[in-house]
Amino acid sequence: MITTDILIIGAGPTGLFAVFEAGLLKLKCHIIDALAQPGGQLTELYPKKPIYDIPGFPDVLAGDLIDNLMKQIEPFQPGFTLGERAQTIEKQEDGSFIVTTNKGTQHHTKIVAIAGGLGSFEPRKPAIENLDKYEDNGLVYMIKNPEDYRDKKVVIAGGGDSALDWTIYLADVASEVTLVHRREEFRGALDSVEKVQELVEQDKIRLITPAEVKAINGESRVESVEIQHNDKAKRMEVIECDAFIPLFGLAPKLGPIADWGLEIEKNAIKVDNTLDYQTNIPGIYAIGDVNTYPGKLKLILCGFHEATLMCQSAYQRIFPDKRYVMKYTTVGGVSGFDGSHKVAEKAVVKKIGQKA
Amino acid sequence: MAVDVTITVIDRGGEKHELLAPTDMNMNVMEICKSYELPVQATCGGMAMCATCQCYIISDHDLGERNDDEEAMLWEASFVKDNSRLGCQIPITEELDGLVIELAPEE
Repeated sequence: MITTDILIIGAGPTGLFAVFEAGLLKLKCHIIDALAQPGGQLTELYPKKPIYDIPGFPDVLAGDLIDNLMKQIEPFQPGFTLGERAQTIEKQEDGSFIVTTNKGTQHHTKIVAIAGGLGSFEPRKPAIENLDKYEDNGLVYMIKNPEDYRDKKVVIAGGGDSALDWTIYLADVASEVTLVHRREEFRGALDSVEKVQELVEQDKIRLITPAEVKAINGESRVESVEIQHNDKAKRMEVIECDAFIPLFGLAPKLGPIADWGLEIEKNAIKVDNTLDYQTNIPGIYAIGDVNTYPGKLKLILCGFHEATLMCQSAYQRIFPDKRYVMKYTTVGGVSGFDGSHKVAEKAVVKKIGQKA
Repeated sequence: MAVDVTITVIDRGGEKHELLAPTDMNMNVMEICKSYELPVQATCGGMAMCATCQCYIISDHDLGERNDDEEAMLWEASFVKDNSRLGCQIPITEELDGLVIELAPEE
């Protein structure tokens, strides 16, 4: 079991900066995130977009901001559980918590700080009936092991990078690949678009555009899909297949956190005050875009502030009897858990003698 | 002096809301809906990345072509029709006076 002082849920900018503020107070942090890499929506959705309202940075690319934050928190050696979603929480008798992920990884922590942003990113599902019946029975939204499709007939739907990339990859693995897309235009890296064009010309894959998968057929698993051509005739076509893989991108969902007994308002976690951003459950805080309170603004810079106040409150909660005052990093420097110590160079006091 | 325009939004229950929208605040249709607390989630904050502000253009205003980001998002969204647009990609201008839109169902 992983043990830590503060368990942060969400590796976006707010969650990452909380590690720094906690580190100044000698509190150790561990972060869970459903995505495979830290950065949250900044790295997942818009790494190349400039942000203009980070104090002190006239402009900074979202991806660079995350790189900088990772560098800033490095001395505090945060642990990461990536690619897993926080699923359940159990309060222990001593007031601590055990948080378990969807893959069963357990985390024992004194404090939980939810910095979940918009929620965890889940695949966007097509509007087709009986989806749940076929999920994991030939219908998947994410390809984990491409070898599962060796010598199988696969239908992929979508028009973005992942649809293109997997079409290219599976063209050599599966016995048959059909790519279905609503439009004739695809949007992705030029290389990928050209490669798919080549595969179509070589008859290595079948391209059906503009068209949409309207239904899935099969007794207990996917046996075929019904495709509607978006031409004048609206012709229907049935394609036999072993797997149907819609790749429509990711959409954020609050997810299992919504069932933790926290007060929720308009898809956000209500914090009762702007003193420390604690939720209705003592010991659980919500910071950044995931929380709401009167006057709330969903800005990265507000998330940084909220993370800072949360850490002060967490410290008081863990050490109710210890006295502590906030120390400036210009005064105290930064002492990492890795033994590193950054501090301003001291001025010297030294006599300057008269000319000899 | 910039004028306000009137935009009619039909919500998912069929109710009509007449909204007064400023043309000089760099706002878009999604933001106007939010400022009147209509049920538009706008999860991505206006980057054409979530389609929670998808709406159907009911009046015959010419809003121009969808931009590339918007187009790509609408490929992947549900309930898309020929008159679908993303509210966050429609800036409020004087030409929009009298615009009527309907909120698309939630995914």
